[in-house]
Amino acid sequence: MRQKKAGGNPAIKKNRLHLTKKNFLKSWQLYVFLLPALTYFIIFHYIPMYGVQIAFKDFYATEGILGSPWAGFDHFTRFFDSYYFWRLLKNTLIINLYQLLLFPLPIIFALMLNELRNGPFKKWSQTLTYAPHFISVVVVVGMLVAFLDPITGLLNHVIMALGGESVPFLTDPDWFRHIYVWSGEWQSLGWGTIIYLAALAGVNPELHEAAKVDGATRLQRIMNINIPSILPTIVVLFILNIGKFMSIGFEKVLLMQNTLNSETSDIIQTFVYQTGLLEGQYSFAAAIGLFDSVINIILLVTINQIARKTSENSLW
Amino acid sequence: MNKQRGLSDKAFDKLNTFFVFLIVIVIIYPLIFVISASISDPAAVSSGEMWLWPVDITFEGFKLVFNNDAIWLGYRNTIFYTILGTIIHLVILLPCAYALSRKEMMAKKLILWFILFTMLFNGGLIPTYLVIKSLGMVDTIWAIVIPNVVGAWSILVARAFFQQSIPDQLVEASKIDGASDFYIFRKIVLPLSLPIIAVMALFHAVSLWNQYFTALIYLSDSNLYPLQLILREILIVNEIGGEGMEGGAGLAESLVNQVKTAGLVKYAVIIVSSLPLLIVYPFLQRFFVKGVLIGSVKE
Repeated sequence: MRQKKAGGNPAIKKNRLHLTKKNFLKSWQLYVFLLPALTYFIIFHYIPMYGVQIAFKDFYATEGILGSPWAGFDHFTRFFDSYYFWRLLKNTLIINLYQLLLFPLPIIFALMLNELRNGPFKKWSQTLTYAPHFISVVVVVGMLVAFLDPITGLLNHVIMALGGESVPFLTDPDWFRHIYVWSGEWQSLGWGTIIYLAALAGVNPELHEAAKVDGATRLQRIMNINIPSILPTIVVLFILNIGKFMSIGFEKVLLMQNTLNSETSDIIQTFVYQTGLLEGQYSFAAAIGLFDSVINIILLVTINQIARKTSENSLW
Repeated sequence: MNKQRGLSDKAFDKLNTFFVFLIVIVIIYPLIFVISASISDPAAVSSGEMWLWPVDITFEGFKLVFNNDAIWLGYRNTIFYTILGTIIHLVILLPCAYALSRKEMMAKKLILWFILFTMLFNGGLIPTYLVIKSLGMVDTIWAIVIPNVVGAWSILVARAFFQQSIPDQLVEASKIDGASDFYIFRKIVLPLSLPIIAVMALFHAVSLWNQYFTALIYLSDSNLYPLQLILREILIVNEIGGEGMEGGAGLAESLVNQVKTAGLVKYAVIIVSSLPLLIVYPFLQRFFVKGVLIGSVKE
């Protein structure tokens, strides 16, 4: 078919049109394959995007999206001027940055697993550390509630046995971020090594042989061969992580939140849920949600740009 | 020189093994604790006497869990949602990913962008909620299985698989033999794609099994509650009194009000809800790992 197309002498245009039509008729069933998915994306993704305009309106359910009056940037200015704006932004940024700081941990753990010479031990270590990945957030938070209880919790038993005083971990704003981030690390550390381990398996063994001959130690070989070899993988995963910035783990935050720790646990997304779905301020909440997504896109595009300029590894 | 290196490498090995061992213990310990606590005397658990192995073994907790109708109902609902949701997921995902993997597909780039754009930007919680509400899906099973039924990421992954493992010649030869795309997809492509079908089904099933938020916002009829929502009440709401989100809180109340057994039920219910996945995943590990890896391959 290709050849025919290229070999067409005078009436190329007409020929091409004809071919397009023929091509479509020949494979029309492939387009039928797309229909369910495209319908889904239109209804559940693109119509909500269209519905984002309620952020600039005063939405009344009885009037519908189109019938509700415009409000301009009122909801945004109300949000920016409110006393909780800075608190929400600060909490959201801090908890995400904290989480981002732990980004190297799965890399380090993967490098450690990769150095294990005992096959079965390595395999068992992997399988066992994957386990928490399969536990639901509800159960994880339920376990935190049980372990960190000021009276019956295991951790406080240990603290008291060592002569310390019981700590109300879950109702103390100072503890919220640590508990949130480290329990997340508990869940994802093992699972996070999978991609790095695969990348490490692809490192050329000849490099290691050559380095051995030159007298390099294990640590030197890790630093100078393994890490540079998986650097592209690290960069791509780092960008992907940034892409999730501002949007991670809100369902878990919601579960861990209570009136006593809200000083640090109030983040933009829990606030959207609260004002929008619990209090019914649809337009106001949609505006806050939109603000959140816009920051997200800006971050992702910026980081991708930086990565492309500096390391030639980028998402697009 | 060489000998010295051999020695320090050995020390490195020992140290490394030790630290890996330590990390594994730290990660696995909470799980062991939960298992032991679920069959221990609640008094021993709350006093801190039980910290590793079960003390005064009792199966009261499991008995209470198994005699609780709300938990059974939740379990049944979760199984139903997981199976139905996974089937719909595959029915939408596979044909689309296959079509996008075919060379002869026109406007492929455009359609891919159309799908990928949803990864970059979405309407957000409230506009999505309004759409689902206006479709009359609130308080029906559809609110659980249809939103998020397929993501752009899954389509990319499945498409990458089809591109790599369905030989072009095979499809073209069948076409010359007069086979239709429907026929080729059903009789040739699907049988060759069992690994990716397993991977996609597993990932989606796990997320359906573990999700609670969709149910929290779209369901108010407690007969439709999935297990995770009931767990939330037993483990969290009744424990620290989560605020502002009642909605059928009475469901597990009668059970949890028995303060003495509350601790017991708590651990037993964690086991009952998490065990299916924890038992199954080691056997399907290679599929899960494969899924993560295909997903990481760049375009």
